[in-house]
Amino acid sequence: MGLRNSEIYNTFIDGIWDENPVTKQVLGICSALAVTVKLNTAFVMAMSLTVVAAFSGLIISMLRKKIPSNIRIIVELTVIATLVIIADQILKAYLYDISKQLSVFVGLIITNCIIMGRAESFAMVNPPHLSFADGLGNGLGYGLILMLVAFIRELLGSGTLFGFDVIPEFLIKFGYKNMGIMVLAPGAFFVIGMLVWLKNSITGIDEENL
Amino acid sequence: MKFMRDLFKSNEKFFTKGGMFEKLHPLFDATKTFFFLPKGKIRSFPFLRDSIELKRFMSIVILSLIPLLIFGIYNTGYQANLASDSDISLQGAFFKGLTITLPLIIVSYSVGFTWEIIFSVIRKHKISEGFLVTGLLYPLILPPSISLIQAAVGISFGVIIGKEIFGGTGRNILNPALTARAFLFFAYPSSMSGDSVWIFSGSNVDAITSATPLSIVANATISDNISMIFNQAGLSLKTLFFGSYPGCIGETSAFLCFIGGLILIITGIGSFRTIIGGIIGLLTTSFLVSYFFKVPFANVTPIQHLLIGGFAFGIVFMATDPVSSPGMNISRWIYGFLIGFLTVVIRVFNPAYPEGVMLAILFMNIFAPLLDYVETRIKLGKRMPNV
Repeated sequence: MGLRNSEIYNTFIDGIWDENPVTKQVLGICSALAVTVKLNTAFVMAMSLTVVAAFSGLIISMLRKKIPSNIRIIVELTVIATLVIIADQILKAYLYDISKQLSVFVGLIITNCIIMGRAESFAMVNPPHLSFADGLGNGLGYGLILMLVAFIRELLGSGTLFGFDVIPEFLIKFGYKNMGIMVLAPGAFFVIGMLVWLKNSITGIDEENL
Repeated sequence: MKFMRDLFKSNEKFFTKGGMFEKLHPLFDATKTFFFLPKGKIRSFPFLRDSIELKRFMSIVILSLIPLLIFGIYNTGYQANLASDSDISLQGAFFKGLTITLPLIIVSYSVGFTWEIIFSVIRKHKISEGFLVTGLLYPLILPPSISLIQAAVGISFGVIIGKEIFGGTGRNILNPALTARAFLFFAYPSSMSGDSVWIFSGSNVDAITSATPLSIVANATISDNISMIFNQAGLSLKTLFFGSYPGCIGETSAFLCFIGGLILIITGIGSFRTIIGGIIGLLTTSFLVSYFFKVPFANVTPIQHLLIGGFAFGIVFMATDPVSSPGMNISRWIYGFLIGFLTVVIRVFNPAYPEGVMLAILFMNIFAPLLDYVETRIKLGKRMPNV
């Protein structure tokens, strides 16, 4: 019971579900379209973003009383850029193939609205432990949607999951074909739109804040 | 009729509030209004100006599609049997056509109605009559070799994204049947266009290829005499007019589209402004193209433009859809004209899409509300202010 009411738990869950950055705030769509053709790239991207979001929240929140407010964006960017470069270097060192496929999109995490948004609106005004939980929640919320989109796109577009064929033989005999549109960006638009629709019909839309 | 009325009356209590099957009320209502006139007013498009109501309105569209459907069944079977050297007699061809076409129609109706019922139960609105037409239009614009799975995916997309997402019949901005076809066109390019999809063959191994008039032109060079190539391929003007050549199931015969169009115009369901505007747009644009541009399509005469591809079917049955086309008279002229214009532009200048009717109509569907809005504004501006 204690866990469910704690502030840190609520901050974390808000990011994953209630205030989900993709389906609720519609942020980070650009990378969600670009890296979700295959599950493994989506997974690596989600993990990198989560790590960057969590630690940037932590560091910026620790520095929040030292940062002069008129140059705060520059300082935030410096912190985020440092973390992104570290993440990029680690990927290049240990997961070279996937980092090749992700190309510039890992570098572009620097400009990802989710991270800047969380740094600006949350980490600058909240203590470090909460900011860390908030970054983690938002990163995982983004990752959750990314994985769902990639799952649908890879399954329908390429007939594989994590690179393994999963379409049973009898379906192909019956005339099943991969949907070419799912590999292209419009397919991702359809899938993300449907997920937003699904999420909104589960939780209901807050009419006042529209 | 008294027996039917009693039957509905005695069962109604199960479907009204508090009854056993309360949730299935839309289904009950749809069945009931199929036999008896409903009470109440319509609050959204298509508005009707005389005493027929929506279901009978749709029935006339179905009626005008019947000749095309019958000819489509025959022609599909005839082309398939012709290509595989089997029985090309009337009965043989018709029977073969039925085995190809009937499953598509059944899939279209059953999958589409399943979605309709799901949405009307969740959203508590009535099952719309509009799908009676959509469900029949859709199989007619498919190539005969499409698989049933793909047909089901397409109609699901058409009903959900093309219609229900906007709130159901009367609120959709796009024609659902065309949306379904457009989705298939982009999702399964190899099954929807190209030379190997127009004739049904039992298995994929010995796929039979046959060029459509449009792909013949697309592959021709500037110096070719298109009319001669058409004649060599057995596509004289007469064949093109009556439609006995391979193509989508129901859209090869310009003659029967013409008859269907006549029925729609006489009964006042389809707007003659859209249809005639579209034909004028197509003829003038293709005439100008043949004068000013040095492309293979410049050798196609305007009359051939009118007969090849799915233009006749599209302008008669798709562009006049009462919901997604404009409601004002001048807007309808402009709307039809631009469909004809865009069809030629896409055909001639975009090598990736051999046929432009579908995209032209969908594109203009999006502009229909804008055209209506502008015309209303202009007309209101001309009025004397109320003193």
